[in-house]
Amino acid sequence: MDPVFLSRLQFAAATMFHFLFVPLTLGLSILVAYMETKYARTGKENYLRMTKFWGKLFLINFALGVVTGITLEFQFGTNWSRYSAYVGDIFGSLLAIEASVAFFLESTFIGIWIFGWKKLSPKAHAGVMWVIAFAGNMSAVWILLANGFMQNPVGYVIRDGRAELDSFFALITNKHGILEIIHVIPSALLLSAFFIMGVAAWHLLRKQHLDVFEPSFRIGLVVGLVSAVLVAVTGDMHGVNVSKTQPAKLAAMESHWETQTRAPLVLFAIPDEENERNRIEIGAIPGILSFLGFHDFNAEVTGLRDIPKDERPPVLPTFIGFRTMVGLGTLFILLTVYGWFKRNKLLENPTYLKIMMFSLPLPYIAIEMGWIVSEVGRQPWIVYGLMKTAEAASPVSTTQVFTSLMGFILVYGLLGAVGFFLMAKTVKEGPEAATR
Amino acid sequence: MELQTIWFFLWGLLWAVFFMTSGFDFGIGTIYPFAGKTDTDRRTMLNAIGPLWDGNEVWLITAGGVTFAAFPLVYATMFSALYTPLMLILFALIFRGVAIHFRSKIDTPAWKKVWDFLIFIGSFLPALLFGVAFANIFQGIPFDDQGLYHGNTLRLLNPYGLLGGLLFVLLFIVHGANWMAIKSAGALQTRMVAISQKTWLILVPVAVIFLIASYFATDLYANYFQYPVLFFVTLVNVAALLSIRYFVHKKTYFKAWFASAVTIVLCTFFGIIGLFPALFPSSMNPDWHLTAFNASSSPLTLKIMLAVVLVFIPIVICYQIWAYHLFKNPVTQEDLDMDEAY
Repeated sequence: MDPVFLSRLQFAAATMFHFLFVPLTLGLSILVAYMETKYARTGKENYLRMTKFWGKLFLINFALGVVTGITLEFQFGTNWSRYSAYVGDIFGSLLAIEASVAFFLESTFIGIWIFGWKKLSPKAHAGVMWVIAFAGNMSAVWILLANGFMQNPVGYVIRDGRAELDSFFALITNKHGILEIIHVIPSALLLSAFFIMGVAAWHLLRKQHLDVFEPSFRIGLVVGLVSAVLVAVTGDMHGVNVSKTQPAKLAAMESHWETQTRAPLVLFAIPDEENERNRIEIGAIPGILSFLGFHDFNAEVTGLRDIPKDERPPVLPTFIGFRTMVGLGTLFILLTVYGWFKRNKLLENPTYLKIMMFSLPLPYIAIEMGWIVSEVGRQPWIVYGLMKTAEAASPVSTTQVFTSLMGFILVYGLLGAVGFFLMAKTVKEGPEAATR
Repeated sequence: MELQTIWFFLWGLLWAVFFMTSGFDFGIGTIYPFAGKTDTDRRTMLNAIGPLWDGNEVWLITAGGVTFAAFPLVYATMFSALYTPLMLILFALIFRGVAIHFRSKIDTPAWKKVWDFLIFIGSFLPALLFGVAFANIFQGIPFDDQGLYHGNTLRLLNPYGLLGGLLFVLLFIVHGANWMAIKSAGALQTRMVAISQKTWLILVPVAVIFLIASYFATDLYANYFQYPVLFFVTLVNVAALLSIRYFVHKKTYFKAWFASAVTIVLCTFFGIIGLFPALFPSSMNPDWHLTAFNASSSPLTLKIMLAVVLVFIPIVICYQIWAYHLFKNPVTQEDLDMDEAY
């Protein structure tokens, strides 16, 4: 095995594991801040118990998110040194801005929030959570702008054999980056809403702590519904943009081989990359792919066969990832719309509550799949059209990378298990009992 | 002053501040299993750094990020050459981070024992390895003009490297014990004061040996001999080191902690000044040194990043000082009884 492949595996494992925690941190911080504000404004103690309960889950999740995030920043240096040297002028500055503008704020204020219950007034304490929520989401903005550069490099010139910054403004107004931001942040809220609804459903089905979990579920429902729609809308905008900037990704998303107008959407297919076709194709609806990509039923969509073999992304993961993401995204809208009509009769709808309980992991799957589409679909490029992944790795030995990869798998496996165990325990214990 | 020179010293300052802030967290974690005799002792130590360590650790992220942004070639070469030690540091920091958060979530001895061990390893190992790594950088790292590393990871554990590691560990223990002297009372405080004093007695000779060894093992003194006025920084450093003992003796623990903070910053700067203009010297050929001038980003990036850092780092310092001020009092039983306490 070569170090490039191992480094890719390691980075994929580390980012995908990291991103199990990021969306909940982003979304739940906003929701907990909202709950605590309600408490600070009304003084109703069920909102305090609500804040503390979700706050505990937030903190367990936050701890795992932070420790798994630190390794990522350094992996660009350890495993992707040629990439770092080539685009550090641009990419590095976005990471440094993230740390100094956003991550500092989040990490400092999290300590104040955990330990500051008696040192600050309820309103100030709630304000601290708003700062955390703002800072966390600002972090995401800078990281996504950095990723946006990898997807669609802008604002650079090639000078002295590397990419140098030419326009900072272009970099932070990169359309691809902005689209990522407005897609990822609602999807983080969506995941958090489903998390809240799933956990609340478990308690509601047991008819316990109703004064905490009924309002929690309703908050989740409203946020879930709005964000599910936003995710779909911004996802569509993404599709249109990708079809222009990354035709190979679009073709791989749909396993679309032949360049044609009125390109069909295939409901079910098994890609056959070796023979450049689909082994099985069922249910082709003409014009739909053209419409999705270009908002025009007659648009021409480039097929994979017209893209040089060494510039094609792996088709199968991109194809499956896209289908799963879109399918689940549609399901989220249906589930939250149905729930909205039943919002005042939740306890009379145990089947719906059960479905929502079991739906808790689905947004996690959808988000990971979305990243597979985005990142695997960008291959073989690490910076689209500018640098190939194979040219980007560090000159380190296979043994070194293999050892660290095993370390990551072992340590992250254990962390995942411990984190899941603690979350489940906290959920089962529920909030403090009402004092009255 | 040239932009690259400014950035060289900012780069050094960010690493120094990381060692200064996370230094006492690492120091406390290192003495934690030995000085924390009871569960209450240990929890007092964790809660003494509880509200602050997360924010302190971000100085590492920022130092790393700024290395990437201002000196991409250094970032690329340094972290790939030091692959194995850096991975060890990162894993150690992962363990420490979750251990501090999770230890008090379940109240059984077996559960706590596991996390206690990880808090120790997760603090001691980074303290030692950062010292080893920086001492090796002072000596020069065997890499060629392509940035290709020609060394063997175990060779980093040479005598001078290990001496650097020992120096860091001792500095951080004194710094941590000083912080604990501020944040504790009674028997635990007495123990912490004793640790600070005894460790200081070992620290001073080790620091002297390190200064002498640096003359033989590195080229750090070249800049000092060229501009003898620079020795003034070393003089202040020695004064700070000596004053730690004085302030501890006077029982003015905040001043003692401040003195150890200054000592750590100036110890880092002892090396930074000596390295200038190299950030990452090659031991194979002086022409291959990565310096502030041949490894920096473009002037535009340096300018933008300078604006960002000059605006936001002072803001960071302000709210971090506020956080320190909020949690300056000793940890009490009432604090430990709080639901959220570690």
